[in-house]
Amino acid sequence: MNYQAIKSIYKFEMNRAFRTVGQSIISPVISTTLYFVVFGAAMGGENEYMAGVPYGAFIVPGLMMMTVLTTSVSNASFGIYFPQYSGTIYEILSAPISFVEVLLGYVGAAASKSVIIGLIILLTSTFFVPFEIKYPIYMLGFLILTAITFSMLGFIIGIWADGFEKLQVIPLLVITPLSFLGGSFYSINILPEFWQKVSMLNPVVYLISGFRWSFYGVAEVSLWVSLTMILGFLTICFFTVAWIFKTGYRLKN
Amino acid sequence: MSAILEIKELSKTYAGGFKALSKINLEIQEGEIFALLGPNGAGKTTLIGIICGILNLSSGSVTVDGFDIHSDYKRARSLIGLVPQELATDTFESVWNAVTFSRGLFGKQPNPGLIEDILKKLSLWDKKDSRILELSGGMKRRVMIAKALSHEPKILFLDEPTAGVDVELRKAMWQQVADLRASGVTIILTTHYIEEAEEMADRIGVINNGKIIITEDKKTLVQKLGKKSLSIELEQPLISVPDSLKGYSINLSDSGYRLEFEYDSRGDGGVSAILEHIVSSGLRVKNLSTQESSLEQIFVELVNQ
Repeated sequence: MNYQAIKSIYKFEMNRAFRTVGQSIISPVISTTLYFVVFGAAMGGENEYMAGVPYGAFIVPGLMMMTVLTTSVSNASFGIYFPQYSGTIYEILSAPISFVEVLLGYVGAAASKSVIIGLIILLTSTFFVPFEIKYPIYMLGFLILTAITFSMLGFIIGIWADGFEKLQVIPLLVITPLSFLGGSFYSINILPEFWQKVSMLNPVVYLISGFRWSFYGVAEVSLWVSLTMILGFLTICFFTVAWIFKTGYRLKN
Repeated sequence: MSAILEIKELSKTYAGGFKALSKINLEIQEGEIFALLGPNGAGKTTLIGIICGILNLSSGSVTVDGFDIHSDYKRARSLIGLVPQELATDTFESVWNAVTFSRGLFGKQPNPGLIEDILKKLSLWDKKDSRILELSGGMKRRVMIAKALSHEPKILFLDEPTAGVDVELRKAMWQQVADLRASGVTIILTTHYIEEAEEMADRIGVINNGKIIITEDKKTLVQKLGKKSLSIELEQPLISVPDSLKGYSINLSDSGYRLEFEYDSRGDGGVSAILEHIVSSGLRVKNLSTQESSLEQIFVELVNQ
């Protein structure tokens, strides 16, 4: 294993985040705080409850998960797209590193940034509503697993994209709507039965449900179903990246 | 010397069907400077791209110091440094960070002393904290060389290293290449400047339409394919070539004032006999000059064949 290379890519990507700290960290925190103010304070009064949890506290896991999903995809996709765009990808392709090492470097950095942002949002939320985390280890596990999975998805998008527009398409047109409709701000149990069934086709439902369970011990779907879904998605992403590096899709002619 | 790079029956066809390389066979000896010459689109960059892992090959094999570029790609690539043709740099990074990153990427432990030494040799030391986007084109080119040298490669590929570089810097780069060779690095360069190949290379390969036309020691190539010409300026014009010289391929030019004779550069090709004939014919010679074909002329002839 080329640990030095993994460390170099990781450090390089983290430096990029700190260099663009406004873009990478501050802006998602501000936008999430705005969500929190609008949905939590304006729509959820002090006596409003959702699934037995005060509404303000109920949306905390959803907000965290929504931001982690979008920032994971954005960070990882930009991280691998930019070398392609600038031409510096030649260095990655000509270096003595395997695809697993490339993944550990890029996805590790993108996931780290997302986890940090998620934790900052968690910290920010404590200023708005009181809440508790019933299973902190599970919470952290879910957070890290989700960040890794969606960073890997972002990595795939970054390789697939052949322009900046395409980089934005998936986070804006897929991830954000799925997050909004995946129970970030409501319990899917309050939906009519038909829409509950439709919601079950949304993979984000399982992530948010599992994550919310780690906070309050309540979930729309079983914890194990949530875990199975996320691990299944992680496996699909991993083998897709393996295929990309094996065939050189979009990387090598 | 032993072969550090062996290319056997290498072919490359792009997805669109364009055949960029066709059954290339080439051996590069350890410690030599090999110049690969060829017109635009001849396949030079494709060949380098395959060896370095940037492109996939269609068929054939490549080994670097005995390591196959596919089955043993890590060991093969760890020996190679690449300076690509395009100025592709991490524009927002500092010179120091960019060069240090390259060393790490190749699995080497940090060595600030070595990086400092490289940057000083490439006259980049005072720019080490500058962001790359602030540098001139020539400096960016040197940053790319520094990145390639940072991981101490045994083989260095320089793809058009002096493209867009001014004369002074170009000559400084030639010196750096000579220093690298002296330190044991094998260098493979592609260039449009034949003068550059003439100045630096030990051996020259000419590639055209994806095929290697010739590989030869530089001096041997000039001797083998070069032509010499003898030009005799006469005091009085001639109407035609004298009968005594008609056995030679001599042309009359400059309104009869000049006799021109082209011959093989390996011998005198009959120059002595021609001069004797001229003297015995009573022709008075005003001036006499010889010319030898340059590598550039040889190259042009080869690719036009």
